[in-house]
Amino acid sequence: MTSPLYQRDREWHPPALAPDYKTSLGRSPKNALLSLDGTPSELTGPTFGHNDIDAIDNDLLRNYAKSGDPVGERIILHGRVLDENARPVPNTLVEIWQANAGGRYRHKKDSYLAAIDPNFGGCGRTLTDENGYYTFRTVKPGAYPWRNWINSWRPAHVHFSVFGTAFAQRLITQMYFEGDPLIAKCPIVKSIPDQRAVDQLVAALDLNATIPLDSIAYKFDIILRGHRSTFFENRPEGN
Amino acid sequence: MTQSLNYLKETASQTAGPYVHIGLAPGDAGFDIYAQELGRDIAGPNAEGQRITVTGMVTDGTGAPVKDVLIEIWQANAAGIYAGAGDVEEGFRGWGRVIPDFDTGKFTFETVKPGPVAGTDGRMAAPHLNLWLVARGINVGLNTRMYFDDEAGNASDPVLNLIEQAHRRDTLIAKGDDAMYHFNICLQGIDETVFLDV
Ligand SMILES: [Fe+3]
Repeated sequence: MTSPLYQRDREWHPPALAPDYKTSLGRSPKNALLSLDGTPSELTGPTFGHNDIDAIDNDLLRNYAKSGDPVGERIILHGRVLDENARPVPNTLVEIWQANAGGRYRHKKDSYLAAIDPNFGGCGRTLTDENGYYTFRTVKPGAYPWRNWINSWRPAHVHFSVFGTAFAQRLITQMYFEGDPLIAKCPIVKSIPDQRAVDQLVAALDLNATIPLDSIAYKFDIILRGHRSTFFENRPEGN
Repeated sequence: MTQSLNYLKETASQTAGPYVHIGLAPGDAGFDIYAQELGRDIAGPNAEGQRITVTGMVTDGTGAPVKDVLIEIWQANAAGIYAGAGDVEEGFRGWGRVIPDFDTGKFTFETVKPGPVAGTDGRMAAPHLNLWLVARGINVGLNTRMYFDDEAGNASDPVLNLIEQAHRRDTLIAKGDDAMYHFNICLQGIDETVFLDV
């Protein structure tokens, strides 16, 4: 078990009810959340190892390819998983999913008219290394329309799921791409009240990490909740 | 001006959206990609204790089933030990993913009944599963717990007793017997489930 976590800043996260994101109206609890002070049930969490996944799982150019590479702009997504104390979170599972270059998901419920790519599955997973680094290779996803207002388009985005060491650190978010004009128009992005929190979701073009003549890179760091120090015999423990 | 504290800010949550299955349960999205999908077996083959089946449904504020929800379970073993926090059976992870039927919204999962867990303050928590729900329309994953209605320890459970309105405690208690339990989760409305800020 890890030490207690910093309280989650609920004013930094989107509120449950964000009326411009219509689906939140009927799916947002109306009662206050019940606040708990770190019990073992939330300060423990699942761990994963290299026998849970395959080495190719973080390569979306290859992990579903049937007859060649997927269509689209080849990109590298990389970054670190850190906690609020800026300490790396090693060996933690990072899972991503995304639409293909045309904005179409490989999901039986997605009926957007953009074509399915026979060589693109759209999901990947990896473990961070001992310094909290992760990397994926994929194609840049396309924007896609969705039923909110009649003319709503999602900015290009990659969904990220991260674990950390405690179940209370569990996080799902979305990564956007630097320079995308749809970011500022999106009701899901705008559910976040603080522009600095939005900026933190926008991956920067990282020319230093590109592979010349091959793939463009974007850097995206993910911050999980940090651990409180617990003072025991005047010595900080647990973080 | 003062010195900066230099803490980083937690990355803001965003909804998992309608296609969460692609990333976390691609077999349910309709395609096979991974040699092994994670979270399909919560307790593993060697877990001791009572094997149980839990059925239920997640409903929205209009009473309609939330068919695109994904639920993660995190639980102790029958001895009240979480994996990673002490010795557990070989293959016991205590974590899994539950996806309802896309057409009906009904979910079913199997696991073992957890034992009571000792809190950091020494008080015993009644047996419970920790649940985390994500879906389209849920901006930050929702934490809650599922307790069992045949456990006497519920009366002294520290979390159940924190719930001010006594009748709302029932929203966290599954009904059933030794092997079969039923548990509904209401996101909103008169029977709204108690959700936790953990
Ligand atoms: Fe999406």
